[in-house]
Amino acid sequence: MIDPSSAADIATAAEAGTRLGYPESVLEDLYVRMLRIRLFEEEIHYHMSRGRIHGTTHLYVGQEAVAAGAAANLSDRDYITSTHRCHGHAIAKGTDLGSLAAEMFGKRAGVCGGKGGSMHLADPARGNLGGTGIVGGGIPIAVGAALSIRRLRQDRVVVCFFGDGAMNEGAFHESANLASVWGLPVLFLCENNQYGVSTHVSRSTNLEDLSIRASGYGIPGRKVDGMDVLAVYEAVRDAIAYVKTRGPLLLVAQTYRFLGHSKSDANVYRTEEEIAAWRRRDPIPGFRDRLLAEGSFREDRLSDLEEEVRREVDAAFRYAQACEEPGPEDLLGDVYAD
Amino acid sequence: MRTDAGTGARRPREISYAQAVREALREELRRDSRVFLMGEDVGIYGGTFGVSAGLFEEFGSDRILDTPISEAVLAGAAAGAALTGTRPVVEIPFSDFLTLALDQIGNQAAKMRYMFGGAVRVPLVVRSPAGSGTGAGAQHSQSQEALFCHFPGLKVAVPSTPYDAKGLLKTAVRDDNPVVFLEQKLLYKVSGPVPEEEYLLPFGKADVKRAGSDLTIVTWGRMVGLCLEAAERLAAEGISAEVVDPRTLVPLDSGAIVSSVAKTGRLLIVHEAVRTGGFGGEIAAIVADSAAFPLLKAPIRRVAGFDIPIPYSPVLERNAVPTPERIEAAARDLVGRTATV
Repeated sequence: MIDPSSAADIATAAEAGTRLGYPESVLEDLYVRMLRIRLFEEEIHYHMSRGRIHGTTHLYVGQEAVAAGAAANLSDRDYITSTHRCHGHAIAKGTDLGSLAAEMFGKRAGVCGGKGGSMHLADPARGNLGGTGIVGGGIPIAVGAALSIRRLRQDRVVVCFFGDGAMNEGAFHESANLASVWGLPVLFLCENNQYGVSTHVSRSTNLEDLSIRASGYGIPGRKVDGMDVLAVYEAVRDAIAYVKTRGPLLLVAQTYRFLGHSKSDANVYRTEEEIAAWRRRDPIPGFRDRLLAEGSFREDRLSDLEEEVRREVDAAFRYAQACEEPGPEDLLGDVYAD
Repeated sequence: MRTDAGTGARRPREISYAQAVREALREELRRDSRVFLMGEDVGIYGGTFGVSAGLFEEFGSDRILDTPISEAVLAGAAAGAALTGTRPVVEIPFSDFLTLALDQIGNQAAKMRYMFGGAVRVPLVVRSPAGSGTGAGAQHSQSQEALFCHFPGLKVAVPSTPYDAKGLLKTAVRDDNPVVFLEQKLLYKVSGPVPEEEYLLPFGKADVKRAGSDLTIVTWGRMVGLCLEAAERLAAEGISAEVVDPRTLVPLDSGAIVSSVAKTGRLLIVHEAVRTGGFGGEIAAIVADSAAFPLLKAPIRRVAGFDIPIPYSPVLERNAVPTPERIEAAARDLVGRTATV
């Protein structure tokens, strides 16, 4: 459970006394989306460390404000493309936690029938075109979805999530260029979590500010504090307004993954101090404090919300563990559409 | 379709392989507004080999999209578009360049349906000309069909005639799966009968291009024509070759191949692609695993491209891939004959 006392630094923002200026429903929605991701992933971490979930996993812990703040601007009709670190995007986009948990356990009732796993969560009915295990691999897919929107004259948008590592893949370059040339409605949302596996962004990219790459494609580049869910919400809202009428935009969210790259990561490439410093900026307790400072959310109401999400996550994992395994009859299907 | 002029029946019109591909595209673009074509120079330029000439004028820049030279995003954007309600056809000017798009074709488009538990359909066609014989050297001349057959989720078509190219391409555009459609650049100008009226050819249905009794030649793409010519000369020597063209390698009409081999008792596989890892090995294995195996009267033979990059010199280039002489020699050898001429 969230411990608000660990976020003293963030409280300073709240103490500044700025009114958040949003309806309670919006604020609650942002908080709940982040909590869902955090608690869901803590469960994954728990079950994986006990060998109940096989394979590997890439946890999103620390980056929740980005997915939550972005997805709160989207409807089921809007598309996202995701990455190998895709749990947070899928949850924020509204996929049922039970079917996501079942997928993690490889069950037939999983959102991908147990065939995708941690890196391939998809939910086309909610506009989630899926995670991919290939860094940068989803970026061209996003451009194609935006092309469909244009060709079918739809009022939709694509949010393309990728990381700082993917920015050095050719797929990013080709995609940003083509989307710009064609003026397609796609928001390139880079989550700069500072590391590609173990390599710090400063050792992979000779730029202080990744957003300036946008100028190379003739599109706007903006930055946002990815640890501040309201800042992300506003930046994505404004970016979408631009993207829908004027074409692509690159938004770089500065964020941090608190845990390792994957389950086998011993964090030898960064210091405890660095991790602790970022943890003090944990987006969830930080936002909680701001909600309390706002005055419209009392402690008991937030506790109730937290209990509610806790129950939802627990129920999802109980359900997932009780689901049937896929059988041999499931093995060969779904390769081709009839 | 092969009306004999001597019978007095009306001869069907003849058009080139390139015209046949264009007709298929035009008909499908007219039929379904979701279909569009994109690629490098497919617009006013008409495509690298002129295949899309005239389509830009008829359908405009909304349906015929010129693109940057960016094969990866073309293939990936096709997959993304296919997931979201449109039906893209992508032209890649030389099939060698498909390697630049291989992640998007083989890791993304091919796998999405399975990875996502059957939740999506990915109706896209990647058209690209394959094959040697133009003097364009090692990176504009390959036959890489086997590469794409190795990605479950893709379908692979290798049409050998104008008739097959048109009927298979129309089927490809209507298919809800990613199709790699390997056109044969040396065949673009070759003409053959193509009916005026609409028709479609199913995937996974081989065509016996010539019936015979002494040996089965399984071959596809440009090699079909060479094998038919070889079969004609072999017939003059009293060797009756059956030429079976699978037309699509995925799905593959194994049944037609096995039945033909069971009938003739001999199998010669001919493909332009390099021998090692070529799809001929797969066909040999299918027959070796089948009920036709005990009926074989001779070992299975392959005539394929040598295991070399395609060279530039016309003398070298011609001999890098199967020649009529090599095909005929292998056929004679299989039936236990030496050359009679």
